[in-house]
Amino acid sequence: MTAPRDFKYVGTRPIRHDGVDKVTGRASYGADAAWPGMLHGFVLRSPHAHARIVSIDTGAAEAVPGVHAVITGKDLPETTATIALGEAAIDLRDIGDNVLAKTKTLYHGHAVAAVAATTIDIAREAAAAIEVVYDVLEPVTGIDRALGAGAPILHPALVTKGAAGPDAGGPTNIASRMELKRGDVDAGFAEADLVVEREFRTPMVHQGYIEPHACIARCGEDGRAVVWCTTQGPFVVRDACAAIVGLDPANVKVVPSEIGGGFGGKIVVYLEPLALALARKARRPVKIVMGRDDVFRATGPTSGSKVRVKLGAKRDGTIVAASASLWYEAGAYAGSPVGAGAMCMLAAYKVPNFFIEAYDVVVNKPKVAAYRAPGSPIAAFAVESVVDEIARELKIDPIELRLMNANAEGDRAPYGPKYGPIGLAQILEAARAHPHWRAPLGANQGRGFAVGFWFNAGMNSSATVTLNSDGSAAVVTGNPDIGGTRAAQAMMAAEELGIPVERVRSNVGDTDGSGFTDVTGGSRVCYATGMAVIRAAEDAREQLRARAATIWNVSKDAVGWENGRAIPPAGTEKASPMTVAELTAKMTQTGGPIVGRASLYAPMAGPAFGAHICDLEVDPETGRSRIVRYTAFQDVGKAVHPSYVEGQMQGGVAQGIGWALNEEYIYSADGVMENAGFLDYRMPVASDLPMIETVIVEVANPLHPYGVRGVGEVPIVPPLAAVANAMRDATGIRFTELPLSPPRVLEAIEAAAAVPVEA
Amino acid sequence: MSKLHIETTINREPAEFLCEPHETVLSALRNGLGLTGTKEGCATGDCGACSILLDGRLVPACLVLAPEAQGRTITTIEGLSRGDALHPLQQKFLEHAALQCGICTPGFIVAAKALLDATPEPSEEETRYWLAGNLCRCTGYDKIVRAVLDAASEMKGSAA
Amino acid sequence: MVAIRYETPRSVSEAVRLMAADPGARVLAGGTDLLVQFRTGVRQPSAFVDIKRIPELMSIAIDAHGLRLGAATPAAVIGEHAELRRLWPGLAESVRLIGSTQIQGRGSVGGNLCNASPAADTTCALIVNRAECVIAGPNGERTVPVEAFSIAPGRTVLQPGELLVAIRVPRPAARTSDAYLRLIPRTEMDIAVAGAAASVTLDAAGLCTTARVAIGAVAPTALRVPAAEQALVGSRLDEASLKRAADAASAAARPIDDKRGTTAYRRTVAGVLTRRAAAIAAARAREQGSHP
Repeated sequence: MTAPRDFKYVGTRPIRHDGVDKVTGRASYGADAAWPGMLHGFVLRSPHAHARIVSIDTGAAEAVPGVHAVITGKDLPETTATIALGEAAIDLRDIGDNVLAKTKTLYHGHAVAAVAATTIDIAREAAAAIEVVYDVLEPVTGIDRALGAGAPILHPALVTKGAAGPDAGGPTNIASRMELKRGDVDAGFAEADLVVEREFRTPMVHQGYIEPHACIARCGEDGRAVVWCTTQGPFVVRDACAAIVGLDPANVKVVPSEIGGGFGGKIVVYLEPLALALARKARRPVKIVMGRDDVFRATGPTSGSKVRVKLGAKRDGTIVAASASLWYEAGAYAGSPVGAGAMCMLAAYKVPNFFIEAYDVVVNKPKVAAYRAPGSPIAAFAVESVVDEIARELKIDPIELRLMNANAEGDRAPYGPKYGPIGLAQILEAARAHPHWRAPLGANQGRGFAVGFWFNAGMNSSATVTLNSDGSAAVVTGNPDIGGTRAAQAMMAAEELGIPVERVRSNVGDTDGSGFTDVTGGSRVCYATGMAVIRAAEDAREQLRARAATIWNVSKDAVGWENGRAIPPAGTEKASPMTVAELTAKMTQTGGPIVGRASLYAPMAGPAFGAHICDLEVDPETGRSRIVRYTAFQDVGKAVHPSYVEGQMQGGVAQGIGWALNEEYIYSADGVMENAGFLDYRMPVASDLPMIETVIVEVANPLHPYGVRGVGEVPIVPPLAAVANAMRDATGIRFTELPLSPPRVLEAIEAAAAVPVEA
Repeated sequence: MSKLHIETTINREPAEFLCEPHETVLSALRNGLGLTGTKEGCATGDCGACSILLDGRLVPACLVLAPEAQGRTITTIEGLSRGDALHPLQQKFLEHAALQCGICTPGFIVAAKALLDATPEPSEEETRYWLAGNLCRCTGYDKIVRAVLDAASEMKGSAA
Repeated sequence: MVAIRYETPRSVSEAVRLMAADPGARVLAGGTDLLVQFRTGVRQPSAFVDIKRIPELMSIAIDAHGLRLGAATPAAVIGEHAELRRLWPGLAESVRLIGSTQIQGRGSVGGNLCNASPAADTTCALIVNRAECVIAGPNGERTVPVEAFSIAPGRTVLQPGELLVAIRVPRPAARTSDAYLRLIPRTEMDIAVAGAAASVTLDAAGLCTTARVAIGAVAPTALRVPAAEQALVGSRLDEASLKRAADAASAAARPIDDKRGTTAYRRTVAGVLTRRAAAIAAARAREQGSHP
């Protein structure tokens, strides 16, 4: 157990260190850079969802005055390299093909060529002059078509990986299949007094970050290259660019700009290798900024899905068996988060017998990317809806039912390991005790409850803490600050050094200026990189103690440390405690500069649960609904900067509400995306939402010195089911397909009204 | 094709620039004048990241042609602070943690300034509807709305 | 590359000359539709004729005859006009619903009409208020009722060289008021899935003497619904007559299935909105009756 500790800075709410730059417009984001001699790049994209590229003629484009370079898939080598992402590996062959199609286009918007010219107008005009001959193929527009008889095959060589299912063998669109099981599921269901089974569907949805992808790259005659871009993972960009373009990674430096949102969608590369390849060909810097339509069509949303869930419970509410089948759309290349969905779906519950099978299915849609707790919201929508049905059938309070079945410390998680301390019971109890749970509802209103889980990640992190002679400090890590992590890191360094948080400069380094660090993702920055910052600050502090020992001519072990001061051993003549500033003032005389450093690999993180209460009101004549009250409870381990913890919770809720109510990718029958813009991809606006109340619960994570758990991803997991359960409460109808858009809701209300209600 | 010469006033100072006839004010600000605080999120008027004031009125800079700025007055996010003093909205956005990634922040602050210019004491509902054209994907709007309401009450207090 | 010109006529006649001289020229009012269409490659004009420096296109005048609204007047300016809001609350609502606050700063009623979207928010409210389009062209001025202005999605009666300069709305009779409602999935920022406007006139006893009903986004152009009007006239605008009007509106709707809604949904909602809009218009007219 972590010893309780009195924090001076952790748990307070200082103004973030990058705040003034961001409220004054000074902060520089992906599209804000301009380099001397810069060209502008434009990407030509496939109008077809599925086609063979017969030929590409770039002659006319190259002849346009002002055009300096044109590239097609032939200009990029086929790579078999992989890059590590924690313990996983990203196969760059698919990424390379996704960046610029080589032989087939696999979705509407798939890049087929790119142009660099002196102005964006010229680049666009030249791209229009590129002649691409396509052999148009029938598209696979969804899971049912992908699995159906005679389905077109995206990748003729694709073989289903993993636990072979009944449909293995022959050409397939199933990229992988996995199973997860425990106990005897048939015996479990035989024991059940109540069995509820439902099938759920969710559409493809996008992260919806407001900043489009953007980058600028240059490449010298010696092969040394610099890429400036908006990314969650500068080291991923470095390694991916090098492999895809064919450069030595040692020669590629990636400088992360400020990042205007990512939510997982800015980990893989899209534009960067193109800008780099064009820059290499043109020997001029090339800037490419994606349009919003291309962000929707051609970056990585998350999967559309079909999930079948069956739960069995005893009359007293004990869940005794579960079975589930999950099919997630991977988009054009293998790699949906279906495995994570399968592992998360029962994480909250003690289920002695279960069988889960999970299919990764390729379809002619953009290759999916990570989106905030990838895979878990979809699975939670299904399971939490069925748990809600069980609570209704058995007339048990939904929170009570979950408490009854809740996993606790020492229980084995459905995905393998035993849980350490987790705050599931605590958040459930906090929700049950909250006034929201008992507040009266108005006409046409309903209340829904759901829980959600995410593993959180650890992975690789590095940090340095450099002390200045005036006693101030500079922290450098390699994680782009997507929502306040500079502040959190400064707070941790200040806590360890005992200097004011305002005297810590907190920086995001580039790939040459910071030690290797995995992506800003997996809710890992405050946890793992934070731990590196703490250790680097400890390292600096130890060096300060050594310097004090030198000054006092005592052994280092004899020097104490309290409240940011070195304490001389009792009885040392003429020695009095020295502050950080007093010690750093003498750095040159006592051994030179002090740089604390730490790098670590955190194999595990503190998993976390959230519980949400949602009140919704529906207009029964139009099917239109609005969220009238929302409260989110979450075990965050330890809130370093509570304002930004609350902000993560509120933001996750808002995204989840959007997913539940209105967001969806709409495709025509021939696979063309019809709503590639903010007008018709309907993310929540300010007037759509109420204030979102947050309740922070702190059950310390023993893996982190302060008890921190990842925070950012959990809050998007419960809302889909919380909203659907509220809709069930308001209308009496169980919706199994998202979004709960007005036409869908009204249709169901009218259908229910047409059928006499059974007693 | 020749460029147009435009004379205008930006953030209280005379400014001139050359632009294509079909270029937008957003492009002229960001590319011609180096004022990159005004952001492009969609270029179709649907996200509010490029909010500016044109003759005091809130408009999306992506849907104003650059030559339309001839003789007009433009205020961008760069023009809100005075000397060392942040605008109260900027200060309140910091205090309330009303930004996460920060890309929408300039647009929100400019839009909120227009709101408080027109309606010094807005209700929460008025604030939410006024800001409905500014998309934020990080915050869920809660802290943004609180920051605007708090700035309004502080500005009212200091005006009294 | 084709050079695009930017023109700033100072008078209607100059604008007409520019438009007549170049068939590829497009009128630029607020630009909230045109510049999006230009940006996405839907339209490639040879010139932008910016009419916002013509004073009469940027003005609001209300007199004993009614309203003359300059076609390029931004929605936000209209929304700030107290007298206009008082006389035509439904029309003012329809203008306020166009886009975000930012779009309000640019978008105009003239632009809304010329874009000729069946889902345009102002069209229905203008129709029920008997509004007319004032059109200037090489052969002088002509007027066309708003319900005849759009002939198909994206198409209007404007001939080459012609330009919409103003919208005229007659002053409402005593105990007359209007309302406009639309259905969008969110609270803001969407295009109407269906819309309905109603204007009703009551006699001193509260009987409806005249009614006009129009529905939007449920046919290639906004539709007047005479059957719904007949259901209201002669009634006290009670639930039963409102229901009949709603049914008439649903029956008149000829919607399509698209990404914003289904045929069945639009048909149903057109009726619901007609009933609700007529009820609001009736309440407003009664309110006028009690406070002359």
